[in-house]
Amino acid sequence: MVRKVTRTAIGLIAAAFAFTVTGATFAPAFAADPGVSDNEIILGGDHPFSGPASAYGNIGKGIGAYFDYVNDHGGVNGRKIKWIDLDDGYSPPLAVQDVHQLVEQDHVFAVFDSLGTEVNTAIRPYLNQNGVPQVFVATGASKFGRDYKQFPWTIGWQPDYQAEAIIYGEDIAREHPHAKIGILYQNDDYGADLITGLKRGLGKHTNQIVKMASYETSDPDVNAQVASLKAAGCDTYMIFATPKFAIQGMISAAKQGWHPLTYLNNVSNVVTYMRLVQKVAGPSAVNGIITTIYLKDPGNDARYANDPGIKFYKEIMAKYLPSGDPTDGNYLYGVAIAYTMVDCLKRAGRDLTRAKLMDAVTHLDETNNPLVYPGTVVRTTPTFRFPITQLITARWLGTDWSPMGVLTDTRSSSMSDAK
Amino acid sequence: MRGNALVALAVIVIAIVPFVLPSFLVFDMIFVAEFAIAGLGLVVLTGMNGQISLGHGAFLALGGYVLAVVAHFWGVPYALGVPLAAVLSGVVGLLIGLVALRLEGAYLALATFALAVAMPTLLKHFKSITGGFNGLTLDPVGAPAWFPSTAQNWLYYVTWFSVGVVFLLSALLVRGRFGRALRALRDNPIAAVSFGINPYVYKTLAFGWSAALAGVAGAFFAMSNAYLSPDSFQATLSIQLLVGAVIGGIMSFWGAIFGALIVQFLPLVAQKINNGAPSVVYGVVLILVMLFLPDGIAGGLHRAFARLRNASPPLALESEPVSSSVPIATHQPTRE
Repeated sequence: MVRKVTRTAIGLIAAAFAFTVTGATFAPAFAADPGVSDNEIILGGDHPFSGPASAYGNIGKGIGAYFDYVNDHGGVNGRKIKWIDLDDGYSPPLAVQDVHQLVEQDHVFAVFDSLGTEVNTAIRPYLNQNGVPQVFVATGASKFGRDYKQFPWTIGWQPDYQAEAIIYGEDIAREHPHAKIGILYQNDDYGADLITGLKRGLGKHTNQIVKMASYETSDPDVNAQVASLKAAGCDTYMIFATPKFAIQGMISAAKQGWHPLTYLNNVSNVVTYMRLVQKVAGPSAVNGIITTIYLKDPGNDARYANDPGIKFYKEIMAKYLPSGDPTDGNYLYGVAIAYTMVDCLKRAGRDLTRAKLMDAVTHLDETNNPLVYPGTVVRTTPTFRFPITQLITARWLGTDWSPMGVLTDTRSSSMSDAK
Repeated sequence: MRGNALVALAVIVIAIVPFVLPSFLVFDMIFVAEFAIAGLGLVVLTGMNGQISLGHGAFLALGGYVLAVVAHFWGVPYALGVPLAAVLSGVVGLLIGLVALRLEGAYLALATFALAVAMPTLLKHFKSITGGFNGLTLDPVGAPAWFPSTAQNWLYYVTWFSVGVVFLLSALLVRGRFGRALRALRDNPIAAVSFGINPYVYKTLAFGWSAALAGVAGAFFAMSNAYLSPDSFQATLSIQLLVGAVIGGIMSFWGAIFGALIVQFLPLVAQKINNGAPSVVYGVVLILVMLFLPDGIAGGLHRAFARLRNASPPLALESEPVSSSVPIATHQPTRE
C-alpha cells in the first residue's frame, strides 16, 4: 500500500513538473507571420497520392518541380520556397489532420492548392479561424469564389464548374435543340455544381434531361450507370466525372455499342487519358467528344511544338521531374498554378505577410502565365474571386483537342453567383 | 495491484501528453482516443465473442451524425449528444445483432461490410437531415472558463476521460458471468448452450454494446473534425478499425489502445517511408505483425514481460504483465 501511494505521488510530481517546465508552449509567440524567415518561405499542400483520385497527385509533383526551378533561379525576393505536400487520400478527416500538422508543426506560411471539394470544405473553417491563407484551392466549386465575406482567406483558381457547364448547356441549346440528355455525375458538391450550371445553360431546354445516373467514388466501375443512360434512349451524354470514372464512362459506352454526342468535363480531359481510351476502345469511343479548355495542351505537338510556354514547361519537367510523363496535363496544371502563386509572392514584396499575400492574390492581373490558353488573363479583385473565367470549347479530332470558336468569358455568369 | 499500477502509469502518460507533445500531435491523439473507444467495441465483439464486424465505420458514422444533427437542428449540447449517439447506435446495433445471429464468420463479416459500403450513399440520400454531400459543419468545442488551457486540450482530456469511462464500464460488464458466457459462446457454442447460456441474448447484447461504443467514438470524431461529410466514413475506415484492433491485440483491452495508435499513425509513417505506395508499406507491416505477433502487440508484450519476469525478480514496474489489470487479458487464447 505504501508503495502504491509513493508511486502515485511520484507520478503527480512528475506531472506537475512537466506542467511548469513546458507550460510556456501553450502560448506560441510569433514576431512575424509564421513560415517566413530571412531566406525561406514554407508552403503546405495536400493532395491525393493514394485513393480514388490519386491521378491528381501529379499536380502536387508538378508544383514541386516548378518551385525547384524557381529556387535554382534565385527564389522569390531572395527567399527559397520550401514545399511540404501531404497525402490525404481524398478523405476530408485526413485532410483536417494534415492541415493541423502543416499549420502547427511545419508552421507553413500558407496552404496552397489543397485538392478536392469536400476536402477544402472540411479545412476551410480551421484555416480561416487561424488566419492562414488557403490560396488557389484545386477545385472549381463555385462556393470558394463566392463565400469570401465569410471566408476571406480562401480563394480558387480554375474556372468554376457552374460556369463550365453553362457553356455545355448553351452549346446544346444552340446546336442540338432536340437532344435527349443523359448525365453521368459524381454524387457530391462538384457533380451538383455542374448540373446546376448545365440547367442554367439549357434554359427552357432543361426538360430534355431524360436521365441522371450518379456514382460514388467508392464504386468499382460505372457500367450499370452507363447502361441505364443508354436504356433511357439518351442521344447526348454528359460525363461529369473525375478521371478514373470518366475513362470508365467513355470505354463502357463504346463497349455497350452506344455512340451518343458526348460532353466531357474539363477535370478529366487530359490528353493521356483520351489516348488511353482510344487505344482500349477504338477511335469511335472518343472522336467528336466536346470539352472545354483553359490551359495549353502539352500533348498536342501540332499546335504547341514551338510554343515558348510549352517549351519552358518541358524543360522544367526534363530537369526537375524526369520520371514524369510531360504529356500528363496534371503536371502542367501544377506548374501553371505554381506560376501564379510565385507571381503573387513576388508582388507581395520582401516584407512578406499573410495579409500582403492575400492583397496580391485579390489584385491579380496576370497576362503572362505561359501555360494558360493563349489570350487568357488571370484576374481578380477583392470582390471578384474567380481568377480564371475564360474557356474555349474543343472537340477531339483524331489525336488531339481542336479548339472551336473563340475564348468565352464566363465572368458574368460567375458574377451572377456572387449574390 | 500491479495491473492497477500499470493503469496509473497509463493515466499519467495520457495526462502529460498535452504538455510534452506539439499541439498537432495532441490533435492526432484525440483521434487515437476515438479509435480506442471503437476498437474496444471490436475487442468485446470479435475478440471475446468471436463475431467479426467489418462494418463498424457505419456505427461511427451513425454516432457522429446523431450528435451533429441534434446539435445542428435543436442546439442540443455535445454533453447530451454523446450519450444520445451511444444509445441510438446501440439500439441499431441490437437490431443488426439480431440479424447477425443467423450469420457466422465470413458471412457476418460480408454482411456488416455491406453496411459500411452503403452508409455514405444513405447519408447522401437523406439530404434534408444530413446535409447531403455538403456535410454538416459543427461549432468547434469550446473549453469552460475555469479550464486553464486551450479548447483543443479540453477536448483531448474530455475524450480520454471518456476512454477511461467506457473501459471501466466494459471491464465491469465482461467481468464474471457475462464475460464468461461471451467467451464460452466463442470457444464452444454447443457446450455453452448445454450449460444453459442463451446464445441469442448474449450475442445480440455484445453487438449492441460494441455498436454503442462505436457510436460514442463517432460522436467525438464529429466534434474533433468540426465537420462531417459522407466521405468522412468511407468503407475503408471499417477495415482499418478491424486491422488496427487485430494488430493491437484483439484479445486484450490494451490491444484497443495499441490498435488505435496503429490506425492513426501507421498510415502517416507508411507515407514517410514511401510516399508513392503507402498502402504497400501498410500491408507489409500487417503481414509482419501477423507472422511474428499472432496475438497482436498486446499479446506479444504480455509474453515478453512474462519471460522477463521469469528471468529476473519482479522489481521494476516494466517487468509486470501488461494486461493483468483487465479481466479479459487473463484469458489465454486457445485453439480448441
